[in-house]
Amino acid sequence: MSMTRREFARMMGLAGMAGMLPLKGNAAGRQPSDLYEVPSFGNVRLLHMTDCHAQLLPIYFREPNVNLGIAGARGQAPHLVGDKLLQHFGIQPGTIESHAFTYLDFNAAAEQYGKVGGFAHLKTLVDRLRDSFGSDKTLLLDGGDTWQGSGTSYKTRGMDMVKACNLLGVDIMTGHWEFTYNQNEILSNIQAFDGEFLAQNVFITEDALFTSDTDYLFDDFSGRVFKPYSIRELGGVRIAVIGQAFPRTKIANPSRFIPDWSFDIHDSYLQELVDQVRNEEKVDAVVVLSHNGMDVDLAMASRVSGVDVILGGHTHDGMPSPTVVKNSGGQTLVFNAGSNGKFVGTLDLDIRNGRIQDFRYRLIPVFSELLPADAEMAALIDDIRAPYQSWLNEELAVASELMFRRGNFNGTFDQVICDALREVGDAQISLSPGFRWGTSVLEGQMINMERVLDQTCLTYPETYVREMKGSELKLIMEDVADNLFNPEPYLQSGGDMVRVGGFDYVCEPNRDIGQRISEMTLDNGERIEADKTYKVTGWATVGAQSEGPAIWDVVAEYLRDRKEARVDKLNTPVLKGVKGNSGLADYGNDVIG
Amino acid sequence: MSMNRRSVVKAVAAGGALMGLSVLMPRAAMAAWTKAAFEASEQSAAIKALYGEDSATESPEVILDAPDIAENGAVVPVSVSTTLPNVESMSIFIENNPSPLAVQFMIPEGTEADVSTRVRMGKTTNVTAVVKADGVLHRATKEVKVTIGGCGG
Repeated sequence: MSMTRREFARMMGLAGMAGMLPLKGNAAGRQPSDLYEVPSFGNVRLLHMTDCHAQLLPIYFREPNVNLGIAGARGQAPHLVGDKLLQHFGIQPGTIESHAFTYLDFNAAAEQYGKVGGFAHLKTLVDRLRDSFGSDKTLLLDGGDTWQGSGTSYKTRGMDMVKACNLLGVDIMTGHWEFTYNQNEILSNIQAFDGEFLAQNVFITEDALFTSDTDYLFDDFSGRVFKPYSIRELGGVRIAVIGQAFPRTKIANPSRFIPDWSFDIHDSYLQELVDQVRNEEKVDAVVVLSHNGMDVDLAMASRVSGVDVILGGHTHDGMPSPTVVKNSGGQTLVFNAGSNGKFVGTLDLDIRNGRIQDFRYRLIPVFSELLPADAEMAALIDDIRAPYQSWLNEELAVASELMFRRGNFNGTFDQVICDALREVGDAQISLSPGFRWGTSVLEGQMINMERVLDQTCLTYPETYVREMKGSELKLIMEDVADNLFNPEPYLQSGGDMVRVGGFDYVCEPNRDIGQRISEMTLDNGERIEADKTYKVTGWATVGAQSEGPAIWDVVAEYLRDRKEARVDKLNTPVLKGVKGNSGLADYGNDVIG
Repeated sequence: MSMNRRSVVKAVAAGGALMGLSVLMPRAAMAAWTKAAFEASEQSAAIKALYGEDSATESPEVILDAPDIAENGAVVPVSVSTTLPNVESMSIFIENNPSPLAVQFMIPEGTEADVSTRVRMGKTTNVTAVVKADGVLHRATKEVKVTIGGCGG
């Protein structure tokens, strides 16, 4: 059950709920600065950021117009877009909040309200939220995907973000893309991090126990690589924070970087830890800082009891209020705090007599123009960027329309990447991963190298061009579709559908694996045949390192030539069986049935 | 006892190597029919070849632990344990493999019925554990997904 404001008020027996987004009618008369006047409530404040993907400076980020909910997730948060999302959460259209939470009228609204995020602005907001509540009663939790996603994090192997997070004052974090550096680099990043890095679900492999130096293990007996939980005393109560790293890291990302570690969801281990902290550590509240993704968090909340709060990330769902999940131990509140430094979740808890009595939550959008930059953080960011300025600032091409990625299928920026791959690699077909990171560029703005890096900057950027049979292509498409649309959340891997160039297809998300993808047809109208061979190009291979140039160099070469980034044909599929889905609006192709 | 995990694992491995002898001996005596079971290309035939019948019933007392999604299809950790008394053997079948029977453990009297191994699977498949206890066959099945991976967000 996702909770609308009205349902929540009814449930808690309250006439209204302070600290949430305003009801219709209130919004129009408010000054934007009110966004950052957050009344204090209770005795503990948890600040939550997640999935900033190393965006140190303010950026634009368009929320999706396609975020389909399949089976039990249909029509439920987080699978709501545009007007459906506004209605569900009681947000007035045409306001600064509706711009923050939806794609609606994005280009014009972005021009009006300006960029979002940026660590100097984030720092100002975090400090304000800490100071107003009391620093000694406040924790800043980071859900991960913080140390990857920009040119500077690539060049410094994540260390730029460690420094920025130290200055920001992150108390506790968990991870996912943090694991895309080499094991020893990850360990030294964590060593340099002033906060605690928690993960209950990362274990040493049995092979590594015999063959590697494993002195760095948190716990030799359980095999846990990292500390699983931390107990914090604040506001006169004891809180347990348990870390849950992305459970599919070795499947979704190259396992070769982290050969000695093994990940999974591990419900039963989590349950043991919850029982342990409740019975032995005598905590008053249990919080899981999770990088599962929201669908997995919702499922996990129904299976594990005794967790009060899940602060989630990974799926980049900016949810204005939590979903309440009932389980055998009572209920769990599941939050998700969006991405790219665009939001700070502010959860105030009234904890007394060993339990959470009540709470207030706001997912606060970070509008850079409304928050002055913190001088110290701005100086650090300048230092970090100085050696790379000429690389980052190279002007490549003007965006002839809004460029973005986020959504279940091809965004405009994906199409440019796919077109670049095909042209530079002289291939019929291109494939580009459906990452959920990647910032937006407004119509008419210059795309410089930094914006290309926002879309592409990972530690396995090599491209490939190779022959592939139609049957193999179909297998890949089906496999990725199943990772996105499998009705069982534990069998999803996060990420959106693979982006394609040079061919169209029909996608039927409600079918089983093997039956979702049909009518694959080249741009010239030729049907793709199982036994025929095609020239395919792509990047970000997880199995083994590819041979070709880095993807950002391929895209830059293409854009330099063109001087204009334009989408002539968007290879987004015809959709079948999802008409009326609340996670679909303003779709760029046909929707049948 | 202050034995760390590594020495426990090593001790277990050493013990396992010794136990392997006792596992091998009955297998040698029954080589003819285990060969047929290990070579069978279809799961039901493999179970019949191993146990003389495919009459195992689903039992909550057979605990089969395998991942929902394999991190690496070449080495998927699978554990089987049971609280059933008088266990004689425990075997693991990978339905979609060319030869579904992956392993049979003979459990000598007085031994705790708790085994772990790693199996290979080329694609998504059911994994089935069959436990023979007091002459009766019990089973548990779980699907393990094998994916090409990548594209994580």
